[in-house]
Formats: sequence, C-alpha cells, structure tokens
Amino acid sequence: MADAVIVVALLLVAASATAAVAQREPARQALVLSVLGVVLAVLFTVLQAPDVGLSQLAVGSALTPLLIMLSVRKVRRQARAKDRAR
Amino acid sequence: MSQRLRLWLLAVGGAGVAALLVAACLDLPAFGGRRHPYGERAVAASLARHTANTIASLNFDQRAYDTLGEISILFAAVLGCLVLLREARDEHRAQPQPAEVALPVRRYALIALPVALLTGLYVIAHGQLSPGGGFQGGVVAATALHLLYLGADYRALERVRPLGVFDVCDALAVSAYAVLGLAGLLAGTAFLANTLLPYGTFNTLSSGGTVPLLNAAVGMEVASAVVLLLAGFLDQAVEIEEERGS
Repeated sequence: MADAVIVVALLLVAASATAAVAQREPARQALVLSVLGVVLAVLFTVLQAPDVGLSQLAVGSALTPLLIMLSVRKVRRQARAKDRAR
Repeated sequence: MSQRLRLWLLAVGGAGVAALLVAACLDLPAFGGRRHPYGERAVAASLARHTANTIASLNFDQRAYDTLGEISILFAAVLGCLVLLREARDEHRAQPQPAEVALPVRRYALIALPVALLTGLYVIAHGQLSPGGGFQGGVVAATALHLLYLGADYRALERVRPLGVFDVCDALAVSAYAVLGLAGLLAGTAFLANTLLPYGTFNTLSSGGTVPLLNAAVGMEVASAVVLLLAGFLDQAVEIEEERGS
C-alpha cells in the first residue's frame, strides 16, 4: 500500500517536472514550477520527511515562482519602455 | 591552461566524484529497510536532551555549527542581492499607479493573510516539537505578508513593511545566533554546545535547552531576509525605472 503511494507521488513529480521543462513561456513556467513544488512536498511527506516537505512547500511553491514572476515583469517593462522610446 | 587540458582535468575530476558516489551508494542501507545506523543514534541523542523534533535537535544542537554556516550564507546572499538590486545612478523611482483588484482576489488575499501569517509564526514557535522550524516558518510568515500586495496595492504593503526595521532584525538575528554560541564558551563548555540551559520537560515549548532560542533566531533571520529580498525584487519590478535616453 505504502509502496503504491510512493510510486504515484514519483510519477506525479516526473510528469510535472517534464511539463515545467516543456513549457517555454517563463511566466507559465513559474506556475508549473509551483505545482512541481507542491507535488515534491507530497513526495517528501510520503517518504516520511515532513520537515523537508515543509521547506519545499514554502520555498519551491511560493518563493521561487514569485521571484521568477517579478523578474519576468521587470524584463518585460524594460522592453516596453525601450519600444516607447524608439 | 589550454581548453583541451581543462576538459581533461574536468573529465578526471568528474570520473573520480562519480566513482566515489557509486561506491558510497552501494554501501547505503536498502530502501525502506529496518536498519538506520545514523537515525538511531540521532534519535537517542535528541531524546537525551528532551527535544521532541529530532530534526530540530540535529539542526540546532548536534550540528548547530553547520546551521551557523547556513544562516551566514543566507545573510551574505541576501546582502549581495540587495546591493545588485539597489537604485542605480541612471535609474529613478516612479510612483506606481494603484491598480484595480478583482473582488474575489482581494477577498481571498485578505482572508488568507492572517491565517498564513499565524501559521508561519506557529511553525517557528513549535520548531522544537513538530516538523518545521525557523527556516520553514520564516519563509511562510514573510511570504504571507506579501498577500497584501495581491489584496490591496504596493503602497499598502510598503506601509506595513518598514525596511529599516527588517534590516536591523536580520543583522541582530544572525548575531544572536553567534552570541548564543559564544555564551556556551563563556559558560566553560564549547561553542554552540547545548549545556547552557536546563533541558526542561519533554514535549513542552520550553524543552530542549538552547534549541528553541537558536530556532527563534533562525526564524527571525529568515523572515527578515525573505522580506528584504522580495522588497528588492518588488522595487525593481514595480517602482524603479531606467532613465529615458541614457
């Protein structure tokens, strides 16, 4: 029973990680990354490491995507400002 | 050094690391097995010091020196980011326009904010008892504060987030960790040795000697560091603009 849960969690991680690589649009990639963070947190919890799971949940699914989104926004704003100046 | 020689050096080093890793992995206990040599010793040591969460005992007692290195790395990394993200000479601050927020988003953010903040503080406070601790709780509490940016606007967030205070808190928390370590030296034992305070009653908030104190210091450091880091990114994304025609 426990093995089946581990296999399902591993498959979910593989699927969302592949989706994160396949998606080429940075803002959407950040969203997929946050889903990957949640799935990884589930995997760590299933493997009896709730401590690591909590770190993964906080950093991987909230902080990192937020930093990526903010960077994307900055880059786009800069590009728009340059277009306007032209 | 020529390109070729460098590649060869890399290949030799990589092969060496790979061989050592494979050798180490072959000697690991089997997946899901019953024998955990390291785990058994760590649990015994943490129970001897009345710390309910063995991971907290590992982080703040058995390998507290390691954690000192980790929080120094975080401190230095955030400091470096803030130096890179600061307002440069050819940039200026534009006042961000208040944006329209969809009502469901505003409602959700304002309901979730206190819950998330309280969860973060709870996880920090119970680091020595249940899974979690200063690092996890600090990140949760700091990111929870930014729900205000979703629910209201940037100016509301700036009002509840006096950056000077967080600067001081960040530095104070890192020094507090080092000072707690030095207190062990003054008491006549070793740096960061958990012999300073009574171990208390098992599974209560004050149990574990210096573990709750070090945990609180890490929580304060991580929360302020994340707030400062996000503030640097937010300033760049929302306020700071490059000068035109430069």
